[in-house]
Amino acid sequence: MGIKLKLEGVNVFFGNNRAVKDVNIDFHANMVTAIIGPSGCGKSTVLRSINRMHDMVPSARVTGKILLDQTDIYEKNADPVSIRRRIGMVFQKPNPFPAMSIYDNVIAGYKLNGRANRQESDEIVEGSLKRVALWDEVKDRLKKSAMELSGGQQQRLCIARTIAVRPEVILMDEPCSALDPIATAKIEELINELKEQYTVAIVTHNMQQAARVSDYTAFLYLGELIEFDRTGKIFTNPEKKHTEDYITGRFG
Amino acid sequence: MKQVNIRSAKNLVMTFLMFSATVAVLIPLAIIFIHIAKMGFSSISLDFFTSIPKPTGETGGGMANGIVGSGVLIAMASAIGLPIGIFGAIYLVEYGGGKLSSIIRFAADVLNGIPSIITGMVAYTLIVVPMKGFSALAGAVALALIMIPIVLRTAEEQLKMVPNSLREASLALGVPLWRTTFRVTLRSALKGVATGVLLAIARIAGETAPLLFTALGNMFWSKKLTEPIAAMPLQIFNFAISPYEDWHRLAWAGALVLVMFMFTISLATRYFSRQRN
Ligand SMILES: Nc1ncnc2c1ncn2[C@@H]1O[C@H](COP(=O)(O)OP(=O)(O)O)[C@@H](O)[C@H]1O
Ligand SMILES: [Mg+2]
Repeated sequence: MGIKLKLEGVNVFFGNNRAVKDVNIDFHANMVTAIIGPSGCGKSTVLRSINRMHDMVPSARVTGKILLDQTDIYEKNADPVSIRRRIGMVFQKPNPFPAMSIYDNVIAGYKLNGRANRQESDEIVEGSLKRVALWDEVKDRLKKSAMELSGGQQQRLCIARTIAVRPEVILMDEPCSALDPIATAKIEELINELKEQYTVAIVTHNMQQAARVSDYTAFLYLGELIEFDRTGKIFTNPEKKHTEDYITGRFG
Repeated sequence: MKQVNIRSAKNLVMTFLMFSATVAVLIPLAIIFIHIAKMGFSSISLDFFTSIPKPTGETGGGMANGIVGSGVLIAMASAIGLPIGIFGAIYLVEYGGGKLSSIIRFAADVLNGIPSIITGMVAYTLIVVPMKGFSALAGAVALALIMIPIVLRTAEEQLKMVPNSLREASLALGVPLWRTTFRVTLRSALKGVATGVLLAIARIAGETAPLLFTALGNMFWSKKLTEPIAAMPLQIFNFAISPYEDWHRLAWAGALVLVMFMFTISLATRYFSRQRN
């Protein structure tokens, strides 16, 4: 299997503060890569550099290369909008559009871009909701507000919204941290299915979760990549003492 | 026991003082309202809304041209002022504003503090002088200058209140920033922005000074926007200072209609701000 996404010497600065330092990570196609590390170590910052979310923060600056299928997404004439269509993102707190119905939330990527046709929309909505195992729970109230759903359902709705636009890579920033254990289990199961079709990167502060869902794990500490390897290796026989201390709960 | 008595006495005094302060706020409002209603109601007739003023000496007539003129001026001023105010706010909040932000904010605050008569003089120099005549257009520009800072600042506050997670949700779906701004961010701030717009309209509807040497006012129907145009506050002013009893009555009726207009806008604003959340 090939490498879908490659971080090469990535640095992220906020003003003069270098929050991410010279990070190299390979994201394998159709695999789940977890990014773990203590709070504030730069996990979200790394993830957000992958779909150019830092473009919105005036003080932020990204250096190094992020190659999507060998093309640098920070190249001069790279278009952030089309990159974000290929690299979707699911956020920590479920963030459905509050003014939109369940149906409109799923089709939002098309609707907001002014290209949604009725027949096609119905198919996309049904397909995406089935994919996240939400269809049976909401099929009778598609026109109701998305805010009526539970937190776990909202998060699956956000995942449905993300896959509706057919991305190649899905980034997830602690997607379960606001959810209860049952909802969490459902999302983890879903992640496992999603990798058949997508390349998945997940940030989590929950090491059991990383061990359960991921194929590769990157351990970050204070903005630096300490270790990157197969998840099995990281959790059973890490190279670095630092990694071992973290996963055995000796700090962080 | 004694201490408790002193404390409850203090409490009583404070309650009384605050009650008096509330009454002191309400009394002027009530006086204005009752007085205008008393003087205005007896003078309002269908004629007031449908006819233009009669020549001096004749009785009857109305302010139809002033009402329509005010409507035209407000519409034109909004057409100029709203886009500038709203786009300015979008630039500041959604596009970072760059080095210009603090200049824009400062300019808006200064503009907001400038006495409206001076705004009128500016429009006079900018438009009346080069075009060699008073005009509705000049009046509208003067009013727009008053609207811009109000709309800009309220829209800015409202856009800032839109949670970032909403913008990010849209951007992450591959929706360009400008579409995100109009279809997600602005839409979610719409009620607050509408409140600002209404406040700005209420403010300019009653402005007299900036129209004195721009729109000027007249006693008949205007046919072109490059000619002087009547407006309610101007007509109220001119009629009130005239020596004719009949015109005084029209001025009172005009005042009542204008106050009722403001009252309606205030209610609408409250409706919008209550709707939020
Ligand atoms: N928008 C921002 N502006 C300035 N500094 C930021 C911003 N976002 C993150 N940082 C900094 O980057 C560092 C890493 O943050 P983050 O990536 O959110 O950590 P994590 O997700 O691992 O908890 C923090 O020290 C924080 O101060
Ligand atoms: Mg984080």
